[in-house]
Amino acid sequence: MNMNLKLKIWRQNGANDEGKMVDYSISDVSPDMSFLEMLDVLNEQIISEGGEPVAFDHDCREGICGMCSLYINGEAHGPDRGITTCQLHMRKFKDGDTIYIEPFRAKAFPVIKDLVVDRSSFDRIQHAGGFISVNTSGNTQDANAIPISKHAADEAMDAATCIGCGACVATCKNSSAMLFVGAKVSQYALLPQGQVEAADRVKNMVAQMDLEGFGNCTNTGACEVECPKGISLDNIARMNREFLKANI
Amino acid sequence: MALDSKVPQGPIAEKWTNYKNHINLVNPANKRNIDIIVVGTGLAGGSAAATLAELGYNVKAFAYQDSPRRAHSIAAQGGINAAKNYQGDGDSTYRLFYDTVKGGDYRAREANVYRLAEVSANIIDQCVAQGVPFARDYGGLLDNRSFGGVLVSRTFYAKGQTGQQLLLGAYSAMNRQIGRGKIQMYNRHEMMDVVLVDGKARGIITRNLVTGEIERHSAHAVVIASGGYGNVFFLSTNAMGSNVSAAWKIHKKGAYFANPCYTQIHPTCIPVSGDHQSKLTLMSESLRNDGRIWVPAKLEDAQAIREGKKKPTDLSEEERDYYLERRYPAFGNLVPRDVASRAAKERCDAGFGVNATGEAVYLDFAAAIERYGKEQALVKGLNTEDAALVDKLGKEIVKAKYGNLFQMYDKIVDEDPYNTPMMIYPAVHYTMGGVWVDYNLMTTIPGCYCIGEANFSDHGANRLGASALMQGLADGYFVLPYTIGDYLSDDIRTGKISTDTPEFDQAEKEVKEKLDFFVNNKGSKSVDHFHKRLGKIMWNKVGMARNEQGLKEAMAEIKELREEFWKDVKVPGAADTYNEELAKAGRVADFLELGELFAKDALVREESCGGHFREESAETEGPQKGEAKRDDENFAFVSAWEYKGEPADAVLHKEQLEFNDIELKTRSYK
Repeated sequence: MNMNLKLKIWRQNGANDEGKMVDYSISDVSPDMSFLEMLDVLNEQIISEGGEPVAFDHDCREGICGMCSLYINGEAHGPDRGITTCQLHMRKFKDGDTIYIEPFRAKAFPVIKDLVVDRSSFDRIQHAGGFISVNTSGNTQDANAIPISKHAADEAMDAATCIGCGACVATCKNSSAMLFVGAKVSQYALLPQGQVEAADRVKNMVAQMDLEGFGNCTNTGACEVECPKGISLDNIARMNREFLKANI
Repeated sequence: MALDSKVPQGPIAEKWTNYKNHINLVNPANKRNIDIIVVGTGLAGGSAAATLAELGYNVKAFAYQDSPRRAHSIAAQGGINAAKNYQGDGDSTYRLFYDTVKGGDYRAREANVYRLAEVSANIIDQCVAQGVPFARDYGGLLDNRSFGGVLVSRTFYAKGQTGQQLLLGAYSAMNRQIGRGKIQMYNRHEMMDVVLVDGKARGIITRNLVTGEIERHSAHAVVIASGGYGNVFFLSTNAMGSNVSAAWKIHKKGAYFANPCYTQIHPTCIPVSGDHQSKLTLMSESLRNDGRIWVPAKLEDAQAIREGKKKPTDLSEEERDYYLERRYPAFGNLVPRDVASRAAKERCDAGFGVNATGEAVYLDFAAAIERYGKEQALVKGLNTEDAALVDKLGKEIVKAKYGNLFQMYDKIVDEDPYNTPMMIYPAVHYTMGGVWVDYNLMTTIPGCYCIGEANFSDHGANRLGASALMQGLADGYFVLPYTIGDYLSDDIRTGKISTDTPEFDQAEKEVKEKLDFFVNNKGSKSVDHFHKRLGKIMWNKVGMARNEQGLKEAMAEIKELREEFWKDVKVPGAADTYNEELAKAGRVADFLELGELFAKDALVREESCGGHFREESAETEGPQKGEAKRDDENFAFVSAWEYKGEPADAVLHKEQLEFNDIELKTRSYK
């Protein structure tokens, strides 16, 4: 059955604006709609009334690009597990609900407008070491020259599925990015190709992470719970081990 | 202007090697003085930007997203083809070449496709060296799966997220160069126009999507890697922001647009649920390795299912019609995408559809679960007759193979595909058409290149599964870096290109005028309103089946809609600030022009080939009755359209296709 909902949405006109929660009502919401489709309908409503639509990031709408964010009722990507906001469906809410919608908040993620935040700090951490230094010349050795155990390959894949959305940071009381950084460090640490420059990589990435203003990890594990891709806390442990190893 | 494909002379297997041996090179010291702009950072643009920077050029890369890692290549699920023949099942460069040309229904350029097959194996080597975690077997070697339209296993994969892993590989290569300062990355920037100086592409005008600022960027060459235009249908599997604008802007400045009507309708997508729908979600083709597609054999059963009186699991084997296995015994559920899509439409049009809208068929994993379960029970020495155990073991295997896809389906549809068949229906997915390029991947504008899905080159009238990733990376890593050097070798004494010239002034002025028009227009309807209406026209009249009357109507309706759009579109907010509605308005304006050319192209091509099905051109008798009928005598050419103002006035140039290494045959998967 279709629903009527009350929305409280964070509106902020640029990084220097103070920002505030604004109330909206929306009616006739189908439970089959995705959360972002509900916001599309709201924006059409706002435009037809002569207002400015709510800005929010989104792109692929199938849970893989990592562009969508949103803190919904106090949870990154809303009240469901293993999904991004674009995969959240309105059937998770009920008629008459009030829904609070805020941006991902962290010092290292400044607000651009309304619900849109700047996550370029994540990119800069990757520039510092999120790669294997191999040229794309086409003269690399045969792909099967180095067998890699299925176990290690699968574990590297699990770490590599991080979509860089920032839910881990938004949900952490310290705004720590260690799950994000740990996932990348782990992916390469688990593969023979990544071993060569493992020490430099972890040192450089961690240094950049600190420089960006992300907090430290205090092992509460909230990031793992809210991660849409189920990235494991083990990756933080592995990063710490790599970091220690690199500094001995 | 006569089209020159610039295909090198000599036997097909030696063309690329000979070409590379004889092109002009730019020495490393001179590369430092040459700038290249790359628009788009998906597999093609990202890999090109990284490689060009490694070679020593100064690269400026642009993406509308907030990071290169978000480009829509990331959503590709199933895999990437490569002629490695690791499985020893008879694969070779020639066979991949042959499959691709045949799969494209003999409408691709032979020399380009051969080169693609030739470099494919290297892509896998490259990606493994970059740390892409492809799936492996227990011996530690790379695993393969099979995709539609071929008889070998040549598809490499990383769970159901192959595109993501390959894109993150290219992104990591870019990051290394961004860190070194060799790539300047401009995120949240949209290309608004290309700037030509003395007939050559020498720069672009961009809009900073955060500040609204209009910027000028110059370079010695411009590479367009902005992806496909499937969003002309509004509903597609593309990302919300995917657009044709960069490709369309260069078209309007002189780049011919080729085969716009070649669109791939992917057979396995989650059906539309209502008017609020903003996009469609693909279920990977890899599912057809194990899923069996069917509808009820009897109309009354289909009706009962639609009305909720019966469940699919209530129907016995005899009451089901596995129509792909019935019609195409040789390829069964793994026929190419165009064939599978039309077959689904045929059954649903005949009244056998299985959801409330009547536009859905089943994709059923019960048989695979049982087969895998029995195999596992046998391997583990357990009772193969214990149905519950077999079911449990089988589901574990299916979960390991397709877990993320099943979860995605469950979240969207709210049904558990382990216990009831998935419902699927075809949706717009990929565009084989695009900007015309020669063998060098250069457009008809000197110095302007086009790579990846944005160009037209390698897939003919239909793309095989797992070939898009292959083409994107082949173009970016291994083809463009050679061909662009040959062109730039003439530019070593040119020096920095100034942006303070009348050409840049003029281009910037036009861009600003258009933006000002939008924000000042006193219209009454939103951008999406027009986009949705365009999508409906396209889907109904230029979709899976096309005919003369419908196409003529579509052209007239799109023209009318375009005129209405310019009168009545409403864009809130200002031009000099963050304004997504304004960005969308520019994109939809271009779709409204492309759509008409698209219909015109489909109208002119009075044959059926690949994804383009003209109802007037079907086999009327014999074993192929009802199948698409190609007309090689009259239509074995590439349609390259020259812009002349109104889309209806575009002038057709033909590039005749020559087939010297593959015999033209009726494409049969029976």
